[in-house]
Amino acid sequence: MHGGLIVDGSISAPGDVRQLISDLIIEYAHAIDDDRLESWTDFFTDECSYRIINRENHDKGRVVGIMDCSSKGMLQDRILALREANVFEPHTYRHIVSGTRVVGQEGDVFNVETSFLVVRTMQEGDMAVFCTGKYIDEIVVAGSTARFISRIVVCDSNRIDTLIVIPI
Amino acid sequence: MATDIKNLVTWPDDGVSRIPIQIYTDPDIYGEEQQRIFRGPIWSFVGMADEIAKPGDYQTTYIGDTPVIVLRDLEGEMQVIVNRCAHRGNLVCIAKEGHAEELTCVYHNWRYDLQGNLKSVAFGKGVGKQGGMPDDFNREEHGMQRLKCEVYAGLVFATFSDEVAPLTEWLGEEMVENIDRVVGRGMVLLGTYSQYMPNNWKLYMENVRDSYHASILHMFQATFRINRLSMKGGIKLSDGGWHHISYSIAETDKEEAEYDSKKLRAVKDGYTLADPTLVKGWREFDCGTTLAIQSVYPNFVVQQISNSLALRLCLPKGPEECELMWWVFGVPEDTEEKRKIRIKQSNMIGPGGVISMEDGVVGGWIQRGTKRDQDKSTVVQMGGRGIEPSAEGRATEVSIRGFWQGYRDCMGV
Ligand code: FES
Ligand SMILES: [Fe+2]
Repeated sequence: MHGGLIVDGSISAPGDVRQLISDLIIEYAHAIDDDRLESWTDFFTDECSYRIINRENHDKGRVVGIMDCSSKGMLQDRILALREANVFEPHTYRHIVSGTRVVGQEGDVFNVETSFLVVRTMQEGDMAVFCTGKYIDEIVVAGSTARFISRIVVCDSNRIDTLIVIPI
Repeated sequence: MATDIKNLVTWPDDGVSRIPIQIYTDPDIYGEEQQRIFRGPIWSFVGMADEIAKPGDYQTTYIGDTPVIVLRDLEGEMQVIVNRCAHRGNLVCIAKEGHAEELTCVYHNWRYDLQGNLKSVAFGKGVGKQGGMPDDFNREEHGMQRLKCEVYAGLVFATFSDEVAPLTEWLGEEMVENIDRVVGRGMVLLGTYSQYMPNNWKLYMENVRDSYHASILHMFQATFRINRLSMKGGIKLSDGGWHHISYSIAETDKEEAEYDSKKLRAVKDGYTLADPTLVKGWREFDCGTTLAIQSVYPNFVVQQISNSLALRLCLPKGPEECELMWWVFGVPEDTEEKRKIRIKQSNMIGPGGVISMEDGVVGGWIQRGTKRDQDKSTVVQMGGRGIEPSAEGRATEVSIRGFWQGYRDCMGV
């Protein structure tokens, strides 16, 4: 299906599965950008994990990232803390996601990678590229639904500007 | 060439309890700090010895804003060398880390050994008898600048100063004790990252030493009613106030055990954590210390927050910016379970830390709040005006005053 192109790892997957995967990734981004953060956890399965880590750590096999949720409860707690506890200057994200490819499959679980770019807009209007990188996802597709079992957000830069409170 | 610093800034009366706002923005003062503090009588943390394990391994970092190379020479000794070619000043090592048998500047190929001695100069004898270096050019006078270096408990420190006391003497017994406790068992690096902040480096270092704000600015624990029943805490300051430790100790083993078994006070209409394992740890230290934030003057931090261990280095990046480098680590004897707890607890720290993210943002707000009021000063008088450490309580800004004592000592203001 790659028309003879040299690719590293992509595999083929049925069109309807690709559509479900793509919808999941796009809806996730819109939910965050539209500040529907309470629905963030709905994109994950009950047993799930979410991690933000920089590329250097990820490549070196180091385990500590910038956020590391190993349960759905921890995802919920992140959002509750953001709403009720953490102190920060109001800001929003705009996610640009593209280039989704399927790189592995085991039964109904697909390994998927997607590039992202996040622009952060502060309340006074300052805008900057906040983060770029790649999502490394494990997505389960069952019937007509797709959910993240695990999402690893690999940031290209080691640097985070000021703080990160809204998930990527 | 020495500037009279007193012409640059007038320190308000009241010793170290009033801080002139000008010193958070003034580029001339920033320049003087590089000279008088970062190249002055201090030891700077430059890296973990384990990460530069084999002869020829190197990393690049900064002392203040001076780029340096930290390497292990062919005899296995740590060396810290200013990353500046003696010819025309090019950076000699570009990569963040790597391996080299010698240091070669890519610009004109001057070659140095791993102690910074100049070994050869490309075309030094000229080409076809034309050009070349003058006859009296002496390679020995053109080495890279090598700094004094000491390694303690796997931490590499360097200094520009000939006068500073040996490292452990400079730190003092109490400070060394805490370093032994936290890093003395060895370190296994779990991750590194950096946090770039829109504020002067000193605002961050004041924050680190500010025990007054902890339960006020950081609302995570209060919101989720994560309280320990009773806690003994205090502050240790080194002689002269330069270094500090702010600590808490669980009163008894029992109490710690109760805490660990999720005795999190859930008040009626308070919030509770859906997954309280985030704050579940184990009693790691026999002394019962549950928290110890140590700052080594001027910009290095050794952190124990429950079982979350980390080093932090706050690098100045111009008068109004700084970069906080983090090394998060465990110890070699960690079981898989303990390692997982450390990873989980890392959610409390760093730029995305539910407890500490605010530390990244207040500095920038102060920077903005004070922009047009360079002639004013801030007030640091909680718990007195001097630098007598207090064994009791944390409603004090004594550690911040200690920082300013060190600052005034170095800067001569
Ligand atoms: S600047 Fe390094 S060799 Fe010329
Ligand atoms: Fe803080």
